[in-house]
Amino acid sequence: MWRYSRINDLDLEEFTPVADAPSTTTVPPAVQGLLEAVGERAGLVLCMNGRIAAVEAVGRGVELGSACEAADGEELLGRADAPSDAFGHLNAAFLTDAVLVRVPAGVAVERPVVVVHWVDADGGAVFPHTVVQAGEASEVTVVDVMASADVRALVAPVVALDAHPAANLRYLNVQELGTRVWQLAYQGSRVDRDATLHSSMVALGGEYARVRADSRLVGQGGTSNLLAVYFGDAHQMHDFRTMQDHDAPKTTSDLLFKGAVEDTAESVYTGLIRVKKGAAGTRAFQTNRNLVLSDGAAANSVPNLEIEENDVSCSHASAVGPIDEEQRYYLEARGIPTEAAERLITLGFFDDVLERVPVPGLRAPLRDAVAAKLDRRQS
Amino acid sequence: MTSVLRIDDLHARITGREILRGISLEVRSGEVHAVMGPNGSGKSTLSHVLMGHPEYEVTSGSVTIDGTELLGLPTWQRAQAGLFLAMQYPIEVPGVSLEDALEESFAAAGKSRAEVRERLLVEAGRIGFDERFLRRAMNVDLSGGEKKRNETLQLGVLRPRFAVLDEIDSGLDVDALRMVSRRIEAETSENALGVLAITHYNRLLHELKPDVVHVLSGGRIVATGGPELALELERTGYAGYGEAEQQNESRPLVQDPFADPLA
Repeated sequence: MWRYSRINDLDLEEFTPVADAPSTTTVPPAVQGLLEAVGERAGLVLCMNGRIAAVEAVGRGVELGSACEAADGEELLGRADAPSDAFGHLNAAFLTDAVLVRVPAGVAVERPVVVVHWVDADGGAVFPHTVVQAGEASEVTVVDVMASADVRALVAPVVALDAHPAANLRYLNVQELGTRVWQLAYQGSRVDRDATLHSSMVALGGEYARVRADSRLVGQGGTSNLLAVYFGDAHQMHDFRTMQDHDAPKTTSDLLFKGAVEDTAESVYTGLIRVKKGAAGTRAFQTNRNLVLSDGAAANSVPNLEIEENDVSCSHASAVGPIDEEQRYYLEARGIPTEAAERLITLGFFDDVLERVPVPGLRAPLRDAVAAKLDRRQS
Repeated sequence: MTSVLRIDDLHARITGREILRGISLEVRSGEVHAVMGPNGSGKSTLSHVLMGHPEYEVTSGSVTIDGTELLGLPTWQRAQAGLFLAMQYPIEVPGVSLEDALEESFAAAGKSRAEVRERLLVEAGRIGFDERFLRRAMNVDLSGGEKKRNETLQLGVLRPRFAVLDEIDSGLDVDALRMVSRRIEAETSENALGVLAITHYNRLLHELKPDVVHVLSGGRIVATGGPELALELERTGYAGYGEAEQQNESRPLVQDPFADPLA
């Protein structure tokens, strides 16, 4: 589970859990641009160093606030199926607050709900926890922003996404942590009967940023679409461990993770499709593609299948390589300078994932954030 | 102003094998030259060597536009110097739109990016290229014929001084071939485009009338003449041009499968 990671470089003694109450209730300027791009929203929760600092009300009975204060708080916090590794335990032990986004059965929330996690405690260890409950036949889009000031910090977030029967849950995680922050994240999702989960991650920040994402399909006819864009530069490392866990008949999972590394950055993708006995009629797909843009950069990709059922349709594909020479030649033959051609090809490479980001207003700023990394390339 | 594309004693190889063995020819503004030859004679190599494909190695010779040597330049600078290559197999570039790409080319030339859209619409209209293709990723999900129209469209927008057309006729039906040929011919008269049309078959040359025809065989130009040379080739094939026949093994002459075996 930790192969290829940098976990041995981590010194937990460096970090102290943050005990202070939030010092402000306003959204930090660094995140304002993204908020504006989201446009009109259904609500906002701001968390500072893992504590809820502000909640902006929503209408139509949507519950937004602290999961710890909810009547069924304890049960909610157990929903993540939190990992049994050290960081899952740490999150449980040091949990200070948990964000709850709950949509009642039958309610369609048209505008996105935004959760902002901001970290600015130098030397701090922060344990954010977010619970999203999409009730039966409900519909909601949640934008979860994980960002920080330029501090040295450890962030170990847990996200629990729960799509009840026939719900349509769209979740976008934008990770723009500073380049001295370590992230060890766990994202657990449960997809019930005939529900659809659409989860996108855009990971651009962090020094070492790991996400373990487990999607469990527990009800017949459930669908899980899992997408990610990640792009590391300088000495960053992005590390993804995914699991598509089919535990019910006629379930579908479709994973597309695309990454790029430049300078001396590294990335890891390992994924497992698991089809349990009885999950007949499962369709499961897993694709991981990586662009290596500098000689000193490296990407690892390890897809896996574990299938205990016969009646299934599964595939996995993985690729790691530099920019395609023929594509570059073709664009150059139109008079496009080499660097501009490579920029177009790299942005184009991410296009099919960014085009599927569930909040259209965010596509352009996220594309720009990717372009800004390319422009900083130390060739 | 008359420009000259001059190829002088060009030798080139790929993976150590010499493919071009001393090619010389000269194309002037407004002229249409055809380079004909059997498969394996070096036609496609010539087009990629002119454009600077990284897999080919030039061992000697020179290629100039109005005295500017192209061979030391990266591909994009050759294009900016006025050379265009319509590729036999246009490459798919996922996620990159035609408009974004051509804007980068315009920007590199110091021209306004804003001009691209209007030029694209005008050119699409001239060759009957569906506007919905303009928003698609470059060559992705286009048929063979649509890709060739796309090459012609880009030629029209970029307005090069010289265009190398590598088998632009392959994959085009009769109507599309006529439209593409007319567009290129118009460019030769309106903007004095010089053309080097590389083709295996005569079909293109019925539409795009050449001033000069060269026959390429075994990496050399073995004959040069007027349009009548193309007609002669149509009658006699490449049989009279030396070793070419042996290199033609990969594509045997198609025999009529419905011919009467007793005839």
